Formats: sequence, structure tokens, C-alpha cells
Amino acid sequence: MARISGVDIPNNKRGEIALTYIYGVGRNLSVTLLEKAGVDKNIKVQDWTDEHLAAIRAAISGNIKVEGELRSETQMNIKRLMDIGCYRGIRHRVGLPLRGQSTKNNARTRKGKRKTVANKKKATK
Amino acid sequence: MSRSLKKGPFIDFKLERKVLVLNETNKKSVIKTWARASVISPDFVGHTIAVHNGNKFIPVYVTENMVGHKFGEFAPTRTFRGHSKGKK
Repeated sequence: MARISGVDIPNNKRGEIALTYIYGVGRNLSVTLLEKAGVDKNIKVQDWTDEHLAAIRAAISGNIKVEGELRSETQMNIKRLMDIGCYRGIRHRVGLPLRGQSTKNNARTRKGKRKTVANKKKATK
Repeated sequence: MSRSLKKGPFIDFKLERKVLVLNETNKKSVIKTWARASVISPDFVGHTIAVHNGNKFIPVYVTENMVGHKFGEFAPTRTFRGHSKGKK
């Protein structure tokens, strides 16, 4: 068990996979980081030496934004859009898709769970 | 697809000219425009520009954060007042 950039504890997986448990690190970046640190990407985390760990930490710190820092940056960007009152900001506020997708059906990722509206009464003959 | 870098951002020529005149004379007045597709350049900061939304002009006070966006983004063309309350 190793601890990198705060809370993350990747487990007994290969380094390439384990690093992606960090928010902001995907497969691609993970491989790049390991190359930079000079660690083989197939070594499991439990077999990392302290030097390996230190090298990986060095590769992450100061170069890329991960975890809290990255999350707050994203939040800041969204807040900026909302504050200037542009179209994308408005769509963020009302919780609808920003990029011109259709909202007649679907768009559930942005709209959340379906909110059923009570059935309209059928007209009686 | 994004715009070719070679061309640079599209800034409505006539609108830019009007704003530059205002900048030179240090005056402030509302400029009406239909150029919704025009990018907001740093020269526009501090001016109020009335952007047409197809029906009327929406006054937009340009702040520093808005630079790089387009005028149309600040003048919504659709009104959605919510769904009707279901009647019994």
C-alpha cells in the first residue's frame, strides 16, 4: 500500500493501473509518469521500492494538477461561466446539457433521474 | 470544428471601429449590434453593448472575464418559462 498525493492508496495492481486511481491521472498519463520516474509500468505497487515511490511523487508534484487542486480548478472554471452569465453558464445553472444536445428525450446525465409528471386525464367521450 | 488560427478571431469590423472611437474620446455610450458571432476583444472591456436577440437588444456590460467569448452567448434567444402546471 502506497500513498501518493494525499488520500489515494492504490493496491496490489500493476503501476500503470494503480496510478489511475488518482483523480486526474488516466492510463496515458500514468504511463508517461512512470516512464519519467524510470519505473517499469508492469511492476506491481507492492514491489515498489522507496526510491521508486519518491521518483513517482517527484514526477507528479509540481508538474500536473491532481485530486483537490484539479477539482477546485474545474469548479472555478464552471463558476466563472456562471458568473459572466453566458449561455454555457446559464445551462450549468439550470442543469441541462451545454453543447447543443437535444433535450426532448434523454440527456439524463445532466438532468438526473426522471421526474414523472402526473398523467394527463384522457378526454372522455 | 474550431476556427483556423491563421485568420485570427472574428471581430466585427464596424463594431470594433465604433468602440475604438469611443476609447479614444473616452466616452461611454451603448452601442447596438447584431453581430452576435463577433468575439469580444479586450478593447471592449468596460463598454455596454446592446446585443440583438432576434426580438430586442439585450444590454451586455463587458467585463474582463468575458474576453474571448462571443456576444451571442450573453443574449439568449429563447425564453423558457417552465412547464405549465398540470390542471386537474
